[in-house]
Amino acid sequence: MATYTGFFDMLGLRDWCDSEKKPSLLSLRNLKGEELAWYEFPFPSLDNLHSACNAIPQTRDMTAGLETGFLTVRPALRTVLDPLTQPLSWALDGALTLFTTTPWWALVPIICFLCYRVSRSASVTVLVAVFMAFFLFTDHYTYAMQTLAIIFVCTFICVVLGVPMGILMSKSDTTQRVVTPILDMLQTLPTFVYLIPLIFLFKITEPKLYGMAIILYAIVPVVRLTNLGIRLVDQSVIEAAHAYGLDSRQRLLGVEIPLALPNIMAGVNQTIMMSLAMVVIASLVSAPGLGTLVLDGINNLRLGVGFVAGFAIVLLAILLDRVSKAALDRINSAEAKLK
Amino acid sequence: MIETPQNVKSPHQPEIDRNVKISVRNLYKVFGDQPEAMIEFVRSGISKTELLEKYHHVLGLNDINIDMMDGEITVIMGLSGSGKSTLIRHLNRLIEPTAGEVILDGEDVLKLTETELREVRRKRMSMVFQKFALFPHRTVSENAALSLEVRGDDLGEQQSEAQYWLDRLGLSGFEDSYPYQLSGGMQQRVGIARALCAHSEVMLLDEAFSALDPIIRSQMQDLLLELQRELNKTIVFITHDLDEALKLADHLVILKDGYVIQQGEPQQILLHPSDPYIEQFVSDINRARVLRVRSVMKAYDGEVRPDAIMIDPDITLEQVIESVNGDTSKHFVVAQDDNPIGVLSMHEIMIAMVPRRASLDGLDP
Ligand SMILES: Nc1ncnc2c1ncn2[C@@H]1O[C@H](COP(=O)(O)OP(=O)(O)O)[C@@H](O)[C@H]1O
Ligand SMILES: [Mg+2]
Repeated sequence: MATYTGFFDMLGLRDWCDSEKKPSLLSLRNLKGEELAWYEFPFPSLDNLHSACNAIPQTRDMTAGLETGFLTVRPALRTVLDPLTQPLSWALDGALTLFTTTPWWALVPIICFLCYRVSRSASVTVLVAVFMAFFLFTDHYTYAMQTLAIIFVCTFICVVLGVPMGILMSKSDTTQRVVTPILDMLQTLPTFVYLIPLIFLFKITEPKLYGMAIILYAIVPVVRLTNLGIRLVDQSVIEAAHAYGLDSRQRLLGVEIPLALPNIMAGVNQTIMMSLAMVVIASLVSAPGLGTLVLDGINNLRLGVGFVAGFAIVLLAILLDRVSKAALDRINSAEAKLK
Repeated sequence: MIETPQNVKSPHQPEIDRNVKISVRNLYKVFGDQPEAMIEFVRSGISKTELLEKYHHVLGLNDINIDMMDGEITVIMGLSGSGKSTLIRHLNRLIEPTAGEVILDGEDVLKLTETELREVRRKRMSMVFQKFALFPHRTVSENAALSLEVRGDDLGEQQSEAQYWLDRLGLSGFEDSYPYQLSGGMQQRVGIARALCAHSEVMLLDEAFSALDPIIRSQMQDLLLELQRELNKTIVFITHDLDEALKLADHLVILKDGYVIQQGEPQQILLHPSDPYIEQFVSDINRARVLRVRSVMKAYDGEVRPDAIMIDPDITLEQVIESVNGDTSKHFVVAQDDNPIGVLSMHEIMIAMVPRRASLDGLDP
């Protein structure tokens, strides 16, 4: 006899309780047939109430219900989200193909050249070349390029979406109040949790699944720092812009964005690093690249494979950080003098 | 409020009839959450402190009425916090008033649409700031050409115009420098070049020279006067420094706690301060260097002492004293274009140099 049976009897709800004929799964304690000790007083949880009254659902019914609910709205959500996110799949597929089919003797020099253009630093470029040689020599090159391709695409999309979002936030306190908690949530959610709704929404074979996971996670810093950067622009300069009749477009492009650039670039640097962190985890949902090797190492207890792949990820992280920091320093030193 | 006496002419300007360029009418500004609700209290004479303590609103401007003449320098003076910056920012509507009108050439600036207002700011009013407020990421030349760029003039024109004014202001060779590479005085020259490039009829200067060293500051004042003789703009100049105000002003407005405590021709304010607050200001001034013969002479009544020395009405008392080596027995006849217009004695000069209290005002000749 369950603890709460008397309670439902007293309320005269017995008929309603028994109307539900569905056989209930026994809870663990009932299964063992243990009697309650005198000091035990079960909390009126769903399971405990259910054992007294069949009409009340068990906790597992609730999770199942949530799942069914999610599955019913899924087609509707997909009709909206599919066309919106399809370009992401194309971009990822395209970039992956491009990075893996271009011969190494063409791609490595191109990457080194781009790194030089961005960082204007010979030492950073040499570092990049050495790391690339390591990837090639240890046959991790293709995996590293896959990871790099995904990071490129996701960072690009983060900047394209994140900078305008940051600008909107900086222009309106209301927008800032609404968006900030969302950004806080995206930043505090453990990375695994991102994957759960996305797995339901997209097929596991679709690149946009991990693409979305990475973008949601990595877009936060670029939005935050764009907002902050624009808000921190010297108000007396903005006042001068008003006094000389600059319209809002001229103020934004001519004054606010150039002066906020160091902060925006700091945001881009963080976004790149967070993309890398997430692309490794996203190997759980079929993101190709170095992450798959780490996953293999964990799943099959292949220590060596996992270890070398992990080391390659560290090198990639250093590479991305150095290049983007060098670019940031270049902007900073130009702007620091302006202060 | 004291009207400018008709017989006293500005020291800097030739005598021509002037129109009112900007007219500020019954302007009020209250800072706070419900400024409109506060206007009634302000109109009924609540003090700034009382408004702050009882209703938590800051009284920025209180019933301001000023006529700023075309081609004149109107100086607005007051201690820090007296509302000078607030007032000048109403003229180009960087701050919206709580009540009142700002009329530029017969048109209420406060009723302009956003586009019209931008046009006014681009073409008819330019501004110079205390902290220069140059664009740090642009070169000196690009900064100077700002208003032309905003209007969409072609690049060559922008550069040649900027070059002209930079040369005029002694900045040749610094066109491609960035503001941080220049000294404060030079940065403010860029600020002035930026304002002049706009070819606006009105120039607003908010404590434009206050951040500069005394010598540079004095040079900049001379530069401004020199340019003004040539350009005849309507200049509104803010300062907290009476020496600067007296040097530049054709019309002087003294603000205190957001209201106009006295305005008029600067020499008259110096001779007839209407308030102890102004007396305090005025008492530290070297009057001999500031006062001009015209302001202290007696009107010519047909009689001249035979030994009288002829002097010009626009020289300072200091120059008069110097010319006679301080001989206190001398008498003067003030003549303009060889026509006597007034008489003056050393005795009267001595008296004029002693600051008078407002209460003695009535005893003045
Ligand atoms: N945005 C604002 N909000 C509230 N009070 C303000 C604001 N701007 C100015 N004030 C107040 O208005 C008064 C006049 O300020 P301001 O015009 O800057 O004086 P000044 O330029 O003469 O030093 C001061 O008491 C100041 O505190
Ligand atoms: Mg001020």
